[in-house]
Amino acid sequence: MRMDKFMRMLLVSTASISILIVALIFLFLGKEAFPFGFDPGLGKLFDTKWIPVSFQEERFGIYPLVAGSSLVTLLAMLISIPLSVVGAIYIAEVAQPVEREILKPFIEILASIPSVVLGFFGLVVLAPLVKNVFGLSSGLNALTAALLLALMALPTIITISEDALASVPKSFKQASLSLGASDLQTIFRVTVPAALPGIIAAIMLGIGRVIGETMAVLMVSGNSAIISFFPLDSVRTMTATIAAEMGEVPFGSHHYQALFWIGIVLLLVTFVLNILSRLVLKKYGMAQ
Amino acid sequence: MRYIISIYLVFLLFGFSGCGSSDQEKKVSKAEAGYLTIKGSDTMVHLVSAWSEEFMKLHPSVDLSVTGGGSGTGIAGLINGTTDICASSRDINDKEKELASGRNVTPLEFKVAMDGIAVIVNPENTVDTLTLAQLQDIFTGKITNWREVGGVDMPLLVFSRESSSGTYVFFQEHAMNKMDYTPRARLLAGTSALVQAVSSDKGAIGYVGLGYVKEASEKIKAISIGNDEKAIAPSDQSIKDGSYPIARPLFLYTNGEPQGTVKEFVDFSLSAAGQSIVRAAGYVEM
Repeated sequence: MRMDKFMRMLLVSTASISILIVALIFLFLGKEAFPFGFDPGLGKLFDTKWIPVSFQEERFGIYPLVAGSSLVTLLAMLISIPLSVVGAIYIAEVAQPVEREILKPFIEILASIPSVVLGFFGLVVLAPLVKNVFGLSSGLNALTAALLLALMALPTIITISEDALASVPKSFKQASLSLGASDLQTIFRVTVPAALPGIIAAIMLGIGRVIGETMAVLMVSGNSAIISFFPLDSVRTMTATIAAEMGEVPFGSHHYQALFWIGIVLLLVTFVLNILSRLVLKKYGMAQ
Repeated sequence: MRYIISIYLVFLLFGFSGCGSSDQEKKVSKAEAGYLTIKGSDTMVHLVSAWSEEFMKLHPSVDLSVTGGGSGTGIAGLINGTTDICASSRDINDKEKELASGRNVTPLEFKVAMDGIAVIVNPENTVDTLTLAQLQDIFTGKITNWREVGGVDMPLLVFSRESSSGTYVFFQEHAMNKMDYTPRARLLAGTSALVQAVSSDKGAIGYVGLGYVKEASEKIKAISIGNDEKAIAPSDQSIKDGSYPIARPLFLYTNGEPQGTVKEFVDFSLSAAGQSIVRAAGYVEM
């Protein structure tokens, strides 16, 4: 009996470690960022310019960084969602078993390529390509970053969507086909709607991967802190800013604290995304 | 074991040599005992550390402590007697000289290296020369087309190092009159990424340490600074004689004529071995 209690405690504490870690991360970020609220004041973050090193006036406006992250993420999703969902449908519903055996491992290999390697590929191959196709003077822009990120989100979305599609009960399909529906009708009117919560969860996870990706973006986005929603402009994301500037920033300076505020904003965004995806899942789950 | 004994013996020797010193030498007796502090310029920390490592290999009995904090901190340290040698990337100013003489400190200056930055463009660019004013307008974003500075009609692409780089601040100070960079400037992490970008984009302009220009001379072109009559190309020579504007000397300061280990260190920094370290660290030797 006592042993039971002990085991129970052990299991509960193991399970809660991740909660504890998240709480500690929030606490630590808050602690480092906190003094910024008094001096120079939180208002400094709501500015349109990010000029952390200056002889004139240091400015810590995060609008350009938020805009940069949003633009890159949006573009990456526009590219990767159609590709990966259609790909998942093909693998789960249409492909022969042999094709599936070949396709799936390759998609998983794509997931395991380190992002810095993809970034290097982007810098040397993709950026010149984008530059030539659009006749630009430089290929380091939001579109190039988005293409790379789409490549990274593909395996995440395909694998999870494919699982969701494969777990739709066979009886659904059999019923649909026996009612005289064609294969295509069955896929798009029965299987895909039934798997939709899973697909949405996959997309949300893909967005999470994209918004948090750092290295590849740092290498190919050009890192200009401007507010722009034009895909061929160079943009600076929140993650790239932290990665590029944290290494050399004077410890405890306003700049240092501002970087922690970016971290908090980033964490909040992913937090909200997670909660949203849970809500969506719940809603669809109940609708079934 | 034998190694430890030999270190001990050297310590003893140093100790004895310190005994017979005059008043003037007593001030630096701490240094002769084998402990030396060097404080100052953050730009030079890398270089001074490299020197120190080599120096300590040659003089195993000597302990060196190298700290940054900025040239001003280093000079203040020299005046207050908290550092034996000060590393500075600027001249000592009149106010500091006054402070020093008030404390019976006579800062002695040693020019140990030069630091220069080259403005680079794509080799296909027809522009060879820019004035400092034009450079400032380009990097602050006032000029956005090569046509405005005598080149072909082509949009200007400004590349810069990340704001955490010392070169970023140095360039801002010496070439841009301390104005802010244009927000459209593309910030790249690392010099090699910058060289890569400038070599692949025809309208690009950027800046790197002089050492990198020599390494990648086929891929990029260094711009001469000045007007049509007199333009100075960045080179070891023009940086040494001070005619190239985006450059500065790097100094070591000591209190009075250096003695003992301090003298050995200064001599080492100016020796052939010391100057080859200067070159390896990306600066121009004297």
